[in-house]
Amino acid sequence: MPPAPRTLVLDAGAFGRTLEKMAQGILQQTQDPRTLVLVGIQRRGVELAARLAAAIARATGGGADVPRGALDITLYRDDLETVGPKPLVGTTHLPSELEGRHVWIVDDVLFTGRTVRAALDELADFGRPARIGLAVLVDRGGRELPIQADVVGEKVKTAPADRVEVFVAELDGKDAVEVVRGAGVSGGGKA
Amino acid sequence: MALGKDLLGLEHLTAEDLLLILDTAEPFKEVSERAIKKVPALRGKTIVNLFFEASTRTRISFEFAEKRLSADTVNVSASGSSVQKGENLVDTARNLEAMKIDMVVIRHGSSGAARFLGERIASNVINAGDGKHEHPTQGLLDLLTIRDRRPIAGTKACIVGDVLHSRVARSNIWGLLKLGAEVAVCGPKSLLPLGIEGLGVRVFHRIEEAIAWADVLNVLRLQMERMESGYIPSQREYYRVFGVTLERLERAPRELLILHPGPMNRGVEIDSRVADGPHSVILDQVTNGVAVRMAVLYLLAGGRPELAEAAKGGGDH
Repeated sequence: MPPAPRTLVLDAGAFGRTLEKMAQGILQQTQDPRTLVLVGIQRRGVELAARLAAAIARATGGGADVPRGALDITLYRDDLETVGPKPLVGTTHLPSELEGRHVWIVDDVLFTGRTVRAALDELADFGRPARIGLAVLVDRGGRELPIQADVVGEKVKTAPADRVEVFVAELDGKDAVEVVRGAGVSGGGKA
Repeated sequence: MALGKDLLGLEHLTAEDLLLILDTAEPFKEVSERAIKKVPALRGKTIVNLFFEASTRTRISFEFAEKRLSADTVNVSASGSSVQKGENLVDTARNLEAMKIDMVVIRHGSSGAARFLGERIASNVINAGDGKHEHPTQGLLDLLTIRDRRPIAGTKACIVGDVLHSRVARSNIWGLLKLGAEVAVCGPKSLLPLGIEGLGVRVFHRIEEAIAWADVLNVLRLQMERMESGYIPSQREYYRVFGVTLERLERAPRELLILHPGPMNRGVEIDSRVADGPHSVILDQVTNGVAVRMAVLYLLAGGRPELAEAAKGGGDH
């Protein structure tokens, strides 16, 4: 089988600019930046949340660090019996207090919306934030639930069989977003 | 994943299986630290805890693990159930299964009871101790507790006491050997199985030698009923010769990690000052027990209908 065609959506430069734009978007939609908490969804959402936190700190004059957390939604999935070999469960850690906070869920790719649904359920078990927003690097369409992002880095038109691959320097050695046409959503694809 | 429908023992698991369970247990530790100690992973699953022998720790630990994964649980103990009226194991289990359950956790006095059941019902079966055979989740929580403190590979672990009657000892030996530890047993000749060297373990008959050799001591409970059957002369005699005392540990060339599966007989197999001392990880074992059982339940619940079908037909797995 010939390798599936691969298109570059964001290169390293565009990736960085997109994150800056997202940081601005988050700030504009947060009434009180002091209540801000960024929660990344394991795995790449965690790295993206760290970058966004740094960008927000720069934009607000490098004051206090933006509190961050990580969410592993594996135990909140609704497809335990159908996903087959289970990925190893990752760790969840959140800033101690979510009460009254404006929490932003950060993920790399928004697709069916099921991951976000699970993340909302899990957050609810940790407390009652004043507000929850959703920031994603790539919105690839294809929603199966009524869920939309408040801040989108890049909208990409895809077919269900396409795979959106997000690379971050911390884990993958480069920053990039690529679409592999007809590759199937398994593997790097995110729900 | 190579884990089958049931968890019957550690003897037939690979090192990879063991590591998968231990690695899966890590994030579950954190779930028990949350304000809301619950995740929905097993929502809608029904689990029966079928205990034909008395147990406090293991049953409660399983029940916490099940509840923290949002499963629905029912406890059945031999006394006060139709088991007392002479119903046999398979009939009991088939009746439970007719009520559409998903998993059975079984504790039974006969070696092989869990396997027997697993081959006859479609639900997942988890062995919570069968006779003198195995107690796999205890073996796993011991491995996890050791691994929290030091790499298991290369660790010298000695199991002390009544190895002959101990399912905990068997699960420990299999698990430790598979993960690359050196294993020894120590106890009076009357309480060590003949030919245990054949499993690849070292044998000590003097506790001082075991302490001088080991990095980890897993001190087994001396079952009182053994004394009446003449395996040992008296509790006092046992403590004098095999008791893990502070004085003996102070003479050790290195600091030992002390495990005990509970319930403890203070002043019989273990000195209170050791049990409550800085090298004791006995309560960590209890904490880890919940995490490791959550991992096992979670992994087995993964849903493999083809295996359940095979099991219904009585096939091997």
